[in-house]
Amino acid sequence: MSAGVIERGTAASRIAGFGVAAIILLLAVAPQFLSAGAVDRMTALFIYVILAAMWNALAGFGGLVSVGQQVFFGLGAYFAIRLANAGLNPFVSLFVSAIIVGAVSWPISLFMLRLKNGEFAIGMWVIAALTHLLVNLDRLIQGETGTSLISLNVYDASMRRVTIYWLALGSMAALLAILFGLLRGSTGAAIRAIRDNEDAAASVGVRVTGTKRLLFVLAAFGIGVSGALWLATSITFQPKTYFSVQWTAYMIFMVLVGGIGTFEGAILGALIFFLIETWFGGAGVWYLIGLGATALVFSLLLPRGLWGTLEERFGWRLLPVGYRVRLAAAAVDPAGETASSAQTKTHREKA
Amino acid sequence: MMNQIVQGVLLGGYYALIACGLSFMFSVMRIINLAHGSLAVLSAFALWLLASRFHIPPFLGLLVVLPLMAVIGWALQRFLLERSARGGALLPILTTFGLAIVIDNVLFEQFGADTRSLAPFIGSLSYDSWEWPGSIYVGKLAVIIFIAAVLLLGGLQLFLTRTGLGRSIRATSEDPDTAGLVGVDARRANAVAAAIAMVTVGLAGAFLGMRATFDPYAGATQLLFAFEAAVIGGAGSLWGTLIGGIVLALAQTLGATVHPQGFLIGGHLAFLIVLFIRLYTSGLGLRGLLGLASGKAS
Repeated sequence: MSAGVIERGTAASRIAGFGVAAIILLLAVAPQFLSAGAVDRMTALFIYVILAAMWNALAGFGGLVSVGQQVFFGLGAYFAIRLANAGLNPFVSLFVSAIIVGAVSWPISLFMLRLKNGEFAIGMWVIAALTHLLVNLDRLIQGETGTSLISLNVYDASMRRVTIYWLALGSMAALLAILFGLLRGSTGAAIRAIRDNEDAAASVGVRVTGTKRLLFVLAAFGIGVSGALWLATSITFQPKTYFSVQWTAYMIFMVLVGGIGTFEGAILGALIFFLIETWFGGAGVWYLIGLGATALVFSLLLPRGLWGTLEERFGWRLLPVGYRVRLAAAAVDPAGETASSAQTKTHREKA
Repeated sequence: MMNQIVQGVLLGGYYALIACGLSFMFSVMRIINLAHGSLAVLSAFALWLLASRFHIPPFLGLLVVLPLMAVIGWALQRFLLERSARGGALLPILTTFGLAIVIDNVLFEQFGADTRSLAPFIGSLSYDSWEWPGSIYVGKLAVIIFIAAVLLLGGLQLFLTRTGLGRSIRATSEDPDTAGLVGVDARRANAVAAAIAMVTVGLAGAFLGMRATFDPYAGATQLLFAFEAAVIGGAGSLWGTLIGGIVLALAQTLGATVHPQGFLIGGHLAFLIVLFIRLYTSGLGLRGLLGLASGKAS
């Protein structure tokens, strides 16, 4: 076999890299041209992308399916309320809150990561239900009546809207960059090894629990940021809305449809979810039935999601986090079908 | 105090009833069905529909609903779980979660947000009680539910150990491939097990409707109760589920006496404490926690 060249990207991915930078720049100046309603909707989209990417980091890369991630969403909003009430600047409290959520998730991880599969999934749901009940006990929250992030009202409405937009855009870009860097670095190799076969990964010296814990805390932090940002856009805090399992249902929908375990898939899924919500969100209960049914169908018929299927079929890599082996002599078929077994192995390693 | 303990133990019978289907399916197929609670609520709504629309009393309605639940269980295994289980351990979680969302919202679409109860259709049974020594009043319905739970768990135990079908289900749960080698039809065994599990869910749904109220989104709470009781009961025989249910109910009762909103908190805390102790003393993984009927039932 001739010497292969290890490459970490393709021509398309290098173009995509510039594309991403251009899109973020464009989004940063977009509020100049968008209506107030459109700015709000775009803010929601950024939050959905964070949620999808974080759930995907946990489930798609860490192999940890949780149906209790709403606990961090709710806590992100709750701590922000508490901090703002204590006199901290409301915008600052959004991010301090997320840091606290990340810190809280650490002891939870010590305990929950010892559970496996379904037990972890539903165990997290118990944690979420318990946390919801405990937050209700806080007098400041007034039970299910809830409260508001009043201190945000001192800012002018349009200035507030654009600031939250930029904060959401910045948070999304930063969190995606962190995740991308993590997956591309040496931890990324460990993460993908765990995703593909946990026991085998452990046997070659991958620190399974430590890596999973890192993903768990990152996901908690990211979802905490989303919860706090959501609070900033909607002002009111009702525990029932924020600790609703519906948030996890959205995350699962986005990731399943987009492509679980692919970096691009979560973003695509968030975009699709955003469009569906924009068009059919008014359909009420049928919209929810449709979401559940779509998730069901994807998990049965297309478990790799849209991006995963496209990637496998056409060998696409826009934001590559894995490694590819390209033979020095001949160009290799991107799908890896004609490649020798050694190459096939590397090619099939999904990014 | 004595009164509360008695009520707690009786409530534990209900939790054992709803938990036994969950742990049974887990022990056979290694799948935790997230639509478990929603299916129980579905059964309660089916009975409610029969009673209010066609004047069929709930206990009679069970003759219609339980076979229906068995068919649903069989179909669930054949068309959803079997397929998604091939994609690894994580997919069934997502599949059944999607199913739960569909069931909850279809029920909401059909029946609206009103809370319902089967209590008006069972006559005086819903409030009749016996007086026990020490002026403890126990509801007849609560006693019936407890007895039903004991009979069901005992029946399931006998079925698994004494019948050919039960033995083939246990063989499949131990090792489907080897069971196939000795002529056990693993697909059939799993489908039968799912059907049986759904019958128990149907029964639990009926009692849920009789002893309390329910609404289209009540499934999630029931799922958590079932899961907590199953995990607290933990390793051992199916009887562990009964103990788990009783512990959960007693913890809730205790929580309620400490704080007006402490009922659910008490249950969740008990679950976490038991989990904590279990994880750090025995070092058992998932099989140890929920590893029920399969090997140890014999």
